[in-house]
Amino acid sequence: MMVTLLNVIVDGLLTGSIYAVIAMGFCLQYGVARVLNVSHGEFIMLGAFATWSLYTMFGINPLVSLVICGPVMLVLGFLVHRTIFTRIRVSSESSAEAEGNSLLASFGLLFIIQNVALLIWGPFVRGLEFMSFPVHFGGTTFGANRLITPIFAVGISLAFYLFVSRTRVGKAIRASAQDPATAGLMGVNINNVLAICFGLGALMAGFAGTLVSITYTISPTMGLEYTAIAFIVVVLGGLGSISGSFIGGYILGIIGSIVTYFEPGLGLIAYYVIFMLLLMVRPTGIFGR
Amino acid sequence: MNIAIVKSKKLLPPGLVFLIVILLATLPLYGTDYSVILLTSILVYAILTVSWAIFSGPTGYISLASAAFFGVGMYTAAFLGEALPLVVVVIIGGIFSFILAFLAGALTLRLRGMYFIMFTFGLSQLVKYVVLWWEAHVGGTIGRFVINKDFLTVYWVIFVIFIAALLTTYLINRSKLGLALQSIGANEEAAAHTGINVTLVKIVSFAISAFFMGAAGAIMATRWTYIDPSIAFDPLLSFMPVLMAIFGGMGQLYGPIIGAAIFGYLEEILITRFPYYYMLVFGIILVVVILYLPKGFVGLIQKWRRGESGGAT
Repeated sequence: MMVTLLNVIVDGLLTGSIYAVIAMGFCLQYGVARVLNVSHGEFIMLGAFATWSLYTMFGINPLVSLVICGPVMLVLGFLVHRTIFTRIRVSSESSAEAEGNSLLASFGLLFIIQNVALLIWGPFVRGLEFMSFPVHFGGTTFGANRLITPIFAVGISLAFYLFVSRTRVGKAIRASAQDPATAGLMGVNINNVLAICFGLGALMAGFAGTLVSITYTISPTMGLEYTAIAFIVVVLGGLGSISGSFIGGYILGIIGSIVTYFEPGLGLIAYYVIFMLLLMVRPTGIFGR
Repeated sequence: MNIAIVKSKKLLPPGLVFLIVILLATLPLYGTDYSVILLTSILVYAILTVSWAIFSGPTGYISLASAAFFGVGMYTAAFLGEALPLVVVVIIGGIFSFILAFLAGALTLRLRGMYFIMFTFGLSQLVKYVVLWWEAHVGGTIGRFVINKDFLTVYWVIFVIFIAALLTTYLINRSKLGLALQSIGANEEAAAHTGINVTLVKIVSFAISAFFMGAAGAIMATRWTYIDPSIAFDPLLSFMPVLMAIFGGMGQLYGPIIGAAIFGYLEEILITRFPYYYMLVFGIILVVVILYLPKGFVGLIQKWRRGESGGAT
């Protein structure tokens, strides 16, 4: 009994820690840049395939890829926001219109990134053999990759949280989230800050992609599934609350592993039921105001 | 708004509309088999887009639940296709979707904007995974075969549904319901204060739009002959109507049809040979349209006509 309990908890922490990384980036993109980024999962997929390619072609350790993929995604996200979403924001008549148009443009981005990936990597499901040697822990056995992933995920999440809440850039980001117009008057270059937010979201997606590729199989069409998870976690934690997304990720991960333990096919159904119930009963999320 | 309606009459006089309808209705008599099949898939997209625009066009509530309604229609045909005549199956498929939309609408009274979009997306995913689970554990199967109908029958039925969807949209636009939907889109609080039962109007029009999607799903199941949850509830079916409506432009009845026709045709010629390039082009068009043509194709035509008539408006 203790052994299965330990298994369920480790599984929950593993998925939960990845969910938290995914959702924090998604949350920043929506909460500040006001882009409900449906293509978030595609950035995760790009990160995962970049890691896979670097590992299989050049033998680069996936944990080193973290340092490569993340920053590349940051730049990519920044450029995407400056070329597409800044223009939408400036040319839209109201913020509601800007949000709607940004959502639709991110659909376009989803199709573009996914099909470029299909052209490059083909439709195959891939997997990495990385640190899959067994580790004995608490009377049961785990793959080392399943233990190392949450450790890195927690580190990334905490660093991200500290960056947004403690640094000067983070201050500009939070000011822009509260009141873009006033933040602009205070000397914040609003277009750049919003693009940085979007880029930081992509950075987190890139990190998440690398972590996913270490533990799970990957395919070019995997993105939407992770975007849906990000939706659910962000609603769970409250739209716009980064700490809410962090905790929400773990809550969802644990719930998922408990449900999957009793009935393997019901994991995703449980996620969506929680999601719909939350939207009906408490759309501001459990930590929202 | 009145100006726009007058303009649409100038562009498509009633006689011309009638002629097009007759031409489409009699297509199998003179067209090739290929043209009939091509038009079938274009008309399916047109039904999805036109019926999506019944609710989402005037109110601005973006629904991503189309896949759920279309899929429910498909599974209705899979379960009842052998027992009942085709027309009855199609109508029941529509009714099931109507009921699902009615219940979902009744549950989501409070949701607006992004929350509504997320909820409808969640709804279609939830239905998909529930059917998937049900089929694996209770049905003991992954997919189902649906009794095949010949492509001419499918074409006629699709055509009738298409005309019904168009007529419904036309009548709604001219009725008090249409006015109520438009005022909800303009300002929901103000609409409620003028005595419109906002909730009822939203639920009813959402359910009506779902009816046509369900009916289209039921008939298309007999065309595709094999369905499983990931085909029937493909998220793409939720996104396509939105994209086509935006691309065509939603201010006019014919906007969504133009969008559906262009994308249906593009898909037909590209998807078999270059599937990835098709979706890639699709994505690029979408981004470009959002950036440069936010009012869609119709907006472009109207702008061009205005320029032609010397800026009279």
